Amino acid sequence: MEIPYTIQARPDTGLFNAKLGIWLFLASEVMLFGALFSTYILLRTGAETWPRGWEELNIPLATLNTAILITSSVTMVMSWASLMMKDFKKYRRYMASTILLAFGFLVVKGFEYGHKFELGHFPSTSNFFAIYFTLTGLHGLHVIGGIVVNSYLLGPGSKMWATQPGRFTNRVEIAGLYWHFVDLVWIFLFPSLYLL
Amino acid sequence: MADEMHAADHSIDIRKHVRTYIAVFVALLALTLITVSVSYLHLSIVPAVIVALFIAVVKGSLVGSYFMHLISERKLIYAVLLLTAIFFAALMFLPLEHMSDNLSR
Repeated sequence: MEIPYTIQARPDTGLFNAKLGIWLFLASEVMLFGALFSTYILLRTGAETWPRGWEELNIPLATLNTAILITSSVTMVMSWASLMMKDFKKYRRYMASTILLAFGFLVVKGFEYGHKFELGHFPSTSNFFAIYFTLTGLHGLHVIGGIVVNSYLLGPGSKMWATQPGRFTNRVEIAGLYWHFVDLVWIFLFPSLYLL
Repeated sequence: MADEMHAADHSIDIRKHVRTYIAVFVALLALTLITVSVSYLHLSIVPAVIVALFIAVVKGSLVGSYFMHLISERKLIYAVLLLTAIFFAALMFLPLEHMSDNLSR
């Protein structure tokens, strides 16, 4: 049986099904991260003292990671735009760049975590480090999830381009929406944890 | 194939979009530099929160509007996001409730 509305929009929603699906998923993700942000505000406003981000965390490394993630968002949207312009070679280049940048983000994050551990800073050290490791750790897991999906779309999943280009383009768009969300979360995490 | 024609119709639009993506990219990098620079001024917490969150909201809006195409999306997506925004606001309101508890004590 053929899966309906993978390319054409469903008449009642005006969307292909996966588009609505990913947005509902992202809505649930907003609530997941929202609950943790809310917890962060509660812990911080209720604490007698709370360190400013720059006292404990490495701003230059986090700024570098912000630039890496923003760049990966651009390469992701360019990979989709390349498919829309029927340029599969460019798509592969941009998608590979997106994945490499995501790995770059994780490597920088790894250095940051490693340094914290060397200093004896663990999630159990304080509420500050508990929320820092929880929020950045959950975000890091999302980055890994993005790498898995994007690697599939660069590797075995890209065979679909030869048989169903429209459906494949939509898949890349959906993966892109997820990836931009991961970028969006970092855009709020970065100032909240490091700069305030 | 119908979807190929659909894609071809959009290829000219897409070229325009690509220019927008580059402009948004530059704006996001510039805003990142601004927010980091401001953090080195070591402002007190209230103005620091206002500036940092304002810049983050602008950056987030750029990503949402252009990379996630929310600037021209279907009504149903806006409806989903409106509902999400209401519940998200409720989550953010919970700590405020706790703060007013502290003040009244």
